[in-house]
Amino acid sequence: MIEIKNVSKWYGDFQVLNDCTSSINKGEVVVVCGPSGSGKSTLIKTVNALETIQKGEIIVNGTSLTDPATNLSKLRSTVGMVFQNFELFPHLNVTENLILAQMKVLNRTQNEALSRGLKMLERVGLKDHKNKFPGQLSGGQQQRVAIARALSMDPIIMLFDEPTSALDPEMVGEVLDVIVKLAKEGMTMMCVTHEMGFAKNVSHRVIFMDEGKIVEDTKTDEFFGDLGARTPRAKDFLSKIIRH
Amino acid sequence: MSSFFQWKIFLQDTGGGQTYLQWLISAWGWTLAVSFCSWAIAIIVGVFIGIIRTLPNKFLLFIGNTWTEVFRNIPLIIQIFIWYHVIPSIFLSLRQVPPFILVVIALGFFTSARISELVKAGMESLSKGQLQAGLALGLTRSQTYRYILLPLAFRIIIPPLTSESMNIIKNSSVAFAVSISELTMFALQAGEETSRNIEIFFATTFLYFVSAFAVNRLALYIENRLKLPGAIGGAR
Ligand SMILES: Nc1ncnc2c1ncn2[C@@H]1O[C@H](COP(=O)(O)OP(=O)(O)OP(=O)(O)O)[C@@H](O)[C@H]1O
Ligand SMILES: [Mg+2]
Repeated sequence: MIEIKNVSKWYGDFQVLNDCTSSINKGEVVVVCGPSGSGKSTLIKTVNALETIQKGEIIVNGTSLTDPATNLSKLRSTVGMVFQNFELFPHLNVTENLILAQMKVLNRTQNEALSRGLKMLERVGLKDHKNKFPGQLSGGQQQRVAIARALSMDPIIMLFDEPTSALDPEMVGEVLDVIVKLAKEGMTMMCVTHEMGFAKNVSHRVIFMDEGKIVEDTKTDEFFGDLGARTPRAKDFLSKIIRH
Repeated sequence: MSSFFQWKIFLQDTGGGQTYLQWLISAWGWTLAVSFCSWAIAIIVGVFIGIIRTLPNKFLLFIGNTWTEVFRNIPLIIQIFIWYHVIPSIFLSLRQVPPFILVVIALGFFTSARISELVKAGMESLSKGQLQAGLALGLTRSQTYRYILLPLAFRIIIPPLTSESMNIIKNSSVAFAVSISELTMFALQAGEETSRNIEIFFATTFLYFVSAFAVNRLALYIENRLKLPGAIGGAR
């Protein structure tokens, strides 16, 4: 469903992505991890063309992102994205956050958008908060609304960039529960996270990045099963993560 | 007091078939007209220039920056004289344009440069994540600007925008330099004719104050209406 082929990207002289290749199949849950600054956010944002690439190719559901004829807005509407800092629109209430893009991008009527949006809100357990503004919600609630907002667009894949790392510890669980439920229902997803418990229990594959390179792209059982077979960088990373 | 202030002066005829009070009111009207028209131009042009300075296009950025620097860095009175004396002597067809229009353009463009700075700063103060969130949902860049970034930036810049709007009323006094019969012109001429500078300037000052104060109150009202629930100091 998603193919990342020999992707490289530079910021000036600095190479953020170095010849990254991977692919994600329908229904697959892939976790991306690696040390800070290794290019995880950049990689995941290239998948919906929020970051441009200078070399290589990315194909989402048969459409090449590097093809100048591709309608990027249309393509992005099929790829859901959840950000570290939620990024709800603070001047719109929860309902308005849910329906804006459905109406403007998918041309749904207000009633269609509302019924879809509220269904998703119910799915993340926040139906009673539909009239609140983002500033009136806790971080965990905001992130769940952000997930509902992305789901309202009926995406074929969901991208998560550290969805729980800006949350207070007691709220991590409620957000992870929602993501786990999605994964169990068969949603295709790519998730940057340091929650190794989540990676172990839910993901099919782990991509480990370091200095812009995909160093490992391994089945989850293997990644956590046989520490001896890991690359030194991954071993080092895992031992630090597990110790903390 | 009543012997110190001789307010009767305003009922006196100017010799031109109207009282000084009528002249004062009409001068106030000119001040408000110059201010409002300049303000409308300043907002439209300033928001437009401010927006193009935030787009990823070098050419538009250059145009926007140049516009802002030119109109911001030349004293207002000089700009008025350029529009009034210099430009019509180069483009002869502009000789027929009434001074009112020239003043409105001059004051409007001058203020547009300042408003473009506000809009740009307001947009830049928003997190890059908001733009990305809009784009990630499939909104186009212009939809993201219209529905998300501009409404947020507008809320942030209301206070300095209020100051600029009040400044326009005060700055409109330069219109007297090209013989527009607005409040400052009234004060100078009527003061000379009647030798009652105290009353004349008192009344003039009062009307400037009332006008600017009304703008300030209106802006405060709008600001309160747009306060975001849950934001710091916002509505609940
Ligand atoms: N706009 C930019 N200009 C220049 N360098 C950038 C820019 N954005 C990111 N970088 C650099 O690219 C590298 C990769 O950044 P990225 O955000 O993808 O890392 P990350 O793996 O997500 O890190 P973290 O775990 O801290 O989120 C970092 O070294 C960062 O400093
Ligand atoms: Mg990151």
